[in-house]
Amino acid sequence: MKPYLREKIPAGFEDIPDTTSYEAGFLVTKNAGWRNVRPVVDTDKCVGCLNCYLYCPDGVIFKKDGKVAVDYDFCKGCGVCKKICKIGAIEMEAEK
Amino acid sequence: MAKKFLSGNEAFAYGVRLARPQVISAYPITPQTIVVEKLSEFVEDGSLKAEFIHVESEHSALSCAMGASSVGARAFTATSSQGLLYMAECLPYAAGGRFPIVMMNANRSTALPWNIYGDQRDSISQLDSGWIQAYAENAQEALDLALMSFYIAEHKKVSTPFMANLDGFVLTHTYEVVDVPTQEQADEFLPSLQTDNKMSLESPKNLAFSAGPDTNTIFKYKEHIGILNVSDAVAEAERRFEKIFGRSYTGLTESYKTEDADYILITLGSISGLVREVVDKLREQGRKAGLLRLRYLRPFPNKEIAEAVKRAKAIAVLEKDISFGNEGTVYTNVNSALQKAGLSIPASNYIGGLGGKNISGEEIESIFDELTDERSRVEFLGIGGEDSGSQR
Repeated sequence: MKPYLREKIPAGFEDIPDTTSYEAGFLVTKNAGWRNVRPVVDTDKCVGCLNCYLYCPDGVIFKKDGKVAVDYDFCKGCGVCKKICKIGAIEMEAEK
Repeated sequence: MAKKFLSGNEAFAYGVRLARPQVISAYPITPQTIVVEKLSEFVEDGSLKAEFIHVESEHSALSCAMGASSVGARAFTATSSQGLLYMAECLPYAAGGRFPIVMMNANRSTALPWNIYGDQRDSISQLDSGWIQAYAENAQEALDLALMSFYIAEHKKVSTPFMANLDGFVLTHTYEVVDVPTQEQADEFLPSLQTDNKMSLESPKNLAFSAGPDTNTIFKYKEHIGILNVSDAVAEAERRFEKIFGRSYTGLTESYKTEDADYILITLGSISGLVREVVDKLREQGRKAGLLRLRYLRPFPNKEIAEAVKRAKAIAVLEKDISFGNEGTVYTNVNSALQKAGLSIPASNYIGGLGGKNISGEEIESIFDELTDERSRVEFLGIGGEDSGSQR
């Protein structure tokens, strides 16, 4: 469903429905504007245990080619994933 | 049709039964209690097939109605005064979600001082919540409004929740002879609910989401357009209603002898009956008095007001409401309607009936007397003593 979400971000008047409802999966607003540090995964170190996926309070971690990746449209930069990663595969980098 | 002797609450309950809501969630509060009691009896005796949900508060009552509406069920709730205020967080939520819920509100004073009697401060304080607001004058109109409110709220171009207001006690508890339509007539009038914002397994929906600064204004603008469309939806509903039931209504306002009136009193709700009598009495004396009854406060009948009063020498707004530190809110709205229409007619405000205080025919007559000096004033009725009630 994710690629479909990205393709249909409402931009103007005509894209906004009359009755505050979209078909399921329609992304209305990206929600990550206040993040000031972002988790970056070292995919060489990552073993794909998905512990970070279990602990992420916003459900933004997903699996890509056996490794983890982060959905930056929704990640708030809390750092729980870095804290929970036992092998140190995640670092927090400042947003520029 | 069958004639029945009903109170306003009971008449409204009969109207709701005719509309066949699928979910009723409500919490009892004086003077609304009887409408939900009656509906619970209808569900109990099998004459209304609805889920009657006993909730623990008004906040839950409306939340529950929203849940029901979001899966396409016709939902009804009712409240009054403190209950409406407790529900207040959910009001814009339901309106912004475009859930066509119908609610009856029994107009009652708000605390403190504690008071269970009728005035309109409860609903008028919620004018900006995004709900349609209508005010019934008598039990027959209450029943008819109950039926029409679903039609209007659910209209495709409206899709907005509807608050039908009945003056506490004066209307909710007074018995009148009421024509109760047959279920067959009601079914002919009211189609089943079809909403665009309905969750279903066949067509999953994304509802109750966030919309940030980039798109929020557009959502709110569309909500505004939805409630402005009520004007046409009311006309459509009333034409249809007259065809099936033979009773006619007059849209957002009702004019009584305003065409040639020099002095017009604008008011709303059950007090209109008495104003009509005073107008008749003054007319017999050759005085050109008129009444304009506001049947709806949202959408606000700007054009109808301007049209009705444009030839008047002076007008007054009589309302059971005060926006503390300013004036009656209906008066504020009426003045805005005059301003937008380019009318500079002296307009006064009379605030009365607070906490259920009686407004007498003599007081209404004296308002018409005072209007003849053709200046604008804001006055409280029933203050007495050395303070005449004039706002300083």
